[in-house]
Amino acid sequence: MIGVNVYLVLIAIALLLSMYRVFRGPTTVDRLVAVDIMTTITAGLMVLFALYYKRMIFLDVALVYAVLAFGGVIAFARYLEGGI
Amino acid sequence: MGEASRVSRYLYTVIVLFIIWLFLTASIDPQELGFGLLLSLIVATFAYEIFTTGGLANLHPKKIIYAAAYIPYFLWAMIMANLDVAYRVLHPKRPIRPGIVHCKTVLNTDAGKLALANSITLTPGTITLDVDDEDYFIHWIWVPDEVLHAETEDEHVKNASSSITMPFEKFLKVIFG
Amino acid sequence: MNAAAVIGEALVLIGTFFYFLSALGLIRMPDVYNRMQTSTKSATLGSLGVVVGTGIWAIGTSYGSWSWLVKTVTIATFLLLTNPISAHALIRAAYKKGIPLWHGSVVDKYREHLKQEGGEE
Repeated sequence: MIGVNVYLVLIAIALLLSMYRVFRGPTTVDRLVAVDIMTTITAGLMVLFALYYKRMIFLDVALVYAVLAFGGVIAFARYLEGGI
Repeated sequence: MGEASRVSRYLYTVIVLFIIWLFLTASIDPQELGFGLLLSLIVATFAYEIFTTGGLANLHPKKIIYAAAYIPYFLWAMIMANLDVAYRVLHPKRPIRPGIVHCKTVLNTDAGKLALANSITLTPGTITLDVDDEDYFIHWIWVPDEVLHAETEDEHVKNASSSITMPFEKFLKVIFG
Repeated sequence: MNAAAVIGEALVLIGTFFYFLSALGLIRMPDVYNRMQTSTKSATLGSLGVVVGTGIWAIGTSYGSWSWLVKTVTIATFLLLTNPISAHALIRAAYKKGIPLWHGSVVDKYREHLKQEGGEE
């Protein structure tokens, strides 16, 4: 079979592709959508890292990262809407 | 649904918190189980008032069976949705005809409305834009003909609801009421 | 190579494919609403595949155990519950901010609804 490190590289390329939309814009919400997708992809990347380093404790890092990223995106969305 | 007794609400909160603890620690060591139970009991004393109004009635066997049947149905709908999205993204001509449509729901509880909105967002070509009481405004990536060319407002709502909200409502109506 | 590792690796491969699809949707679609349509769905299913796939894959290795699967399923459930909420918050912010729909859009009932409410008050 292929092995973990190949998947790590493939997911990193997907992250770079979505980075295009962050730099390109054209509106703030476009960039924020791209960042939201990138956080989701990064959570998956972190879970794969746990397998790569053979440590189960890294799964907790991915969980906490997902929680914090969710809070951050919600806060930014409320700010753009004018709610805060 | 009226408010359940305090004891039943407290017990329900303890059970849910303890299940979450089990999943987060992923261990059946007696020490961890005991400490988790202790923490659930302490946290539930502060949290049960805002956590639930239904109490143990939420664990009715019929609700659990419907919830268990809903998961594979939902996952299947989600996989189909993604194949549909894959087709639209990879097709060289980009076949999209987006629009915002209006739906109505028969659900009454807040939790049911939240679950319905989340299910709609993850399934074929639809995202919930706003929920206002029983009105759902949904961004649809391909508005079908019978919705687009509906003569009256009522017909539009009826056609849109039958293809977006109906399939989930028959499950969610039982689970959340 | 045992069965758990093979199934897990296949799930990870499918998840990676959906990650690529969501990145592609982000680049190809014409306006912010359609980008959200394609990318949130694919990214959620992609994470489901990658995360649960990793849990199943770990069972088939020498260092893994069943607790890997329980933890990864927890992470996947959390992502499944929160991703639609952030998509909902973002699309609402986009509409309230006044970003216009793509010129090919066919119907906008929400604008009519807002006008009606404004008229009644």
